[in-house]
Amino acid sequence: MRTIENVVIAGSGPAGLTAAIYTARAALEPLVLEGHVPGGQLIVCHEVENYPGLANPISRIELMDRFRNQARRFGARFRSEMVENVEKRDGVFHLVTGSGTLETKTLVIATGAQARRLAIPTEPKFYGRGVSGCAVCDGPFFRDKEVLVVGGGNTAMQDAVFLTRFAAKVTIVHRREHLRATPIEVQKAKKNPKIEWMIPWIVEDILGTDSVEGVVLRNAKTRQTREVRCAGVFVAIGHDPKAEVFKNLVTTDEQGYIRIEADSTRTSMPGVFACGDICDAIYRQAVLAAGRGCMAAMDVERYLAGEK
Amino acid sequence: MLRTNLKHLETNEAIREALAEHENVVICCGRMGPMCVPVYCVLEELEREYAHVAFYDQDFDIPAAGFVRNLPECRSFMGLPFTVYFKNGQVAAATTSLQRKSQIEKILEAQFGKPAEMVKE
Repeated sequence: MRTIENVVIAGSGPAGLTAAIYTARAALEPLVLEGHVPGGQLIVCHEVENYPGLANPISRIELMDRFRNQARRFGARFRSEMVENVEKRDGVFHLVTGSGTLETKTLVIATGAQARRLAIPTEPKFYGRGVSGCAVCDGPFFRDKEVLVVGGGNTAMQDAVFLTRFAAKVTIVHRREHLRATPIEVQKAKKNPKIEWMIPWIVEDILGTDSVEGVVLRNAKTRQTREVRCAGVFVAIGHDPKAEVFKNLVTTDEQGYIRIEADSTRTSMPGVFACGDICDAIYRQAVLAAGRGCMAAMDVERYLAGEK
Repeated sequence: MLRTNLKHLETNEAIREALAEHENVVICCGRMGPMCVPVYCVLEELEREYAHVAFYDQDFDIPAAGFVRNLPECRSFMGLPFTVYFKNGQVAAATTSLQRKSQIEKILEAQFGKPAEMVKE
């Protein structure tokens, strides 16, 4: 028998799971496609200490478990699959996943973002040999060595502070004079005597034979270049949206973020809604993603009511 | 604890069984970090195609991970995950940190051969 879902939610971070909670409470029986690794970006970040209502820091996994359990309690269903292709035919969205095809009246895209790389040709050669995107995972390999952290956001500041537990010296390299990180994170880094700063400098190249031995930096103002010896380069320069599979369905901006209408989660395709980091190039916070997930759910409800 | 859909190896006994029961085995040993998660995702995708290969992951921080961590082939590694390919119980290849799908496929085909469907084509 042909089954057409009311709503399929692609993504299982704070946005997708909040959309699941709200649509489940509205008796729409949402189906969540969690992807291969449930939990979204939050699952790979540091401990969460700024989510409202949680006085004490909470492990990222526990927070996402709470979201998920809440959604499940209201009747959300989950599958460990990703959308591989999507098209609209006869007013219904046909989603191709790893196990077959799904049909749905509405789609909520909450697939989030993934860590950006430096895009220096030599960078991939040094993955696991000095270049890393995860200070928590790889920091202990750099005991008593000198390392760089590239970036000016909260992750870069947190990574730098964390790495001082192991490294002899940590240098933060950032391309702009302005830091995107919140003042509290900048202060933590500035107070740390093992942290030095190179601002505004850009990483031009990574040097080494078998492993990282140094980098070439260029000053963003003077264009002066300089070689700096180091054993590690930790990259924390932000994220890119995971919207590739939806690009033929909805409009995206020049950076690849899905465009949504002001004060809504409606995309350029009626019946498709987007929320979370997939359409947020600026704030990228779990609490905002959750709020947008709520908006998407309410937009879905209204769309389905109007359709009837 | 790893949040993936791969089979997890949590004890030394489970590792021994996996290597004894399967000719071709991949063990990806890491955490839920940004360099590890993309590798798990690729392995989950490839698990569907490479039916002749047994894919596992393993939490880097559990005692049983000492098996992978202490392999001579992983001694110089400086980034998670450590991904080790075993042929008849012996290490055939090992990689460190993030790997693209094409890199993983290349190793799988070189060490274990192409999936049956691809060979027919």
